[in-house]
Amino acid sequence: MHVPDGFINAPVSVAAGVVAAGGVAVALRGARRELDDRTAPLAGLTAAFVFAAQMLNFPVAAGTSGHLLGGTLAAILVGPYTAVLCMAVVLGMQALLFADGGLSALGVNITIMGLVTVAVGYGVFRLLLRVLPATRPAVTGAAFGAALVSVPAAAAVFTLIYAIGGTAEVPIGTVAGAMIGVHVLIGIGEALITSLTVSSVLAVRPDLVHGARGLLRKPELRTRAASGAGA
Amino acid sequence: MTTKRFFVVALLVSLVLAGGVSYYASSRPDGLEKVAADKGLDAKEKDHALKDSPLGDYGVKGVDNARLSGGLAGVIGVGAVLAVSGGLFWAVRRRGTRTGADA
Repeated sequence: MHVPDGFINAPVSVAAGVVAAGGVAVALRGARRELDDRTAPLAGLTAAFVFAAQMLNFPVAAGTSGHLLGGTLAAILVGPYTAVLCMAVVLGMQALLFADGGLSALGVNITIMGLVTVAVGYGVFRLLLRVLPATRPAVTGAAFGAALVSVPAAAAVFTLIYAIGGTAEVPIGTVAGAMIGVHVLIGIGEALITSLTVSSVLAVRPDLVHGARGLLRKPELRTRAASGAGA
Repeated sequence: MTTKRFFVVALLVSLVLAGGVSYYASSRPDGLEKVAADKGLDAKEKDHALKDSPLGDYGVKGVDNARLSGGLAGVIGVGAVLAVSGGLFWAVRRRGTRTGADA
């Protein structure tokens, strides 16, 4: 969903840049509470994994592909503030090194694929955990549902930005229908990859899943004893 | 699984995905590209200013083999993202492990 240069006019691109910068600033403050000596390297790894997974376009209907966005996954694994920073680094490197996503559209891209996916994905995840039992399958299910919703949400916000600052005259209902429709399908792929990854980490190291902390009180979760020495 | 082993396994998975599996990724346009082309959102699209950069479009310039070029670009990308984000998170973190929330 990387927006190239020239889709969104200059004033709205600048405005989105301000929103993105504000979001990153808030995330820099909040991430301090999520990161310590042990989780900081793992958060870097989460960003690297999101970058890798974003390269894997999977086919969806009618000559179209999609790829993981990863905001929901990162938020569940390392916390929402750190996840925004993960996404900002991934999108920044893609734009600067790989010419993927316009330089003038970086603010738009961080807003829709960083801020929106993290906020919506993590919000839905927490809501689902409130109504689901505190079990591992429930965390995996919540991750599935949250990721599924996050992708069309990002498409909807792109549509909104296009409605305000789009450079071509296209009826906004047409944009909304096409964008949200195809991104519901891509959201299914996002949900599968996100839930598979979360359940894999839960299987080996449930204590490393930020979104499941304090939820899964099982015998293998001996964090107090393990955090210093062997873990 | 120790944290160190977890880190190594997850890094290897990322490298294999970006460096090897990415060759088999779908080359169809993604959701936004498809909608943009079908509905005309891209009428005023501009070329990326850095499209001829050494890693532009996920390939290493000068490497002709597509599998090698894309795989190398993916491995470089994983390394670059890990270095930049890991450095940032290491700088931002609170010192120590699981202490209070104070800075």
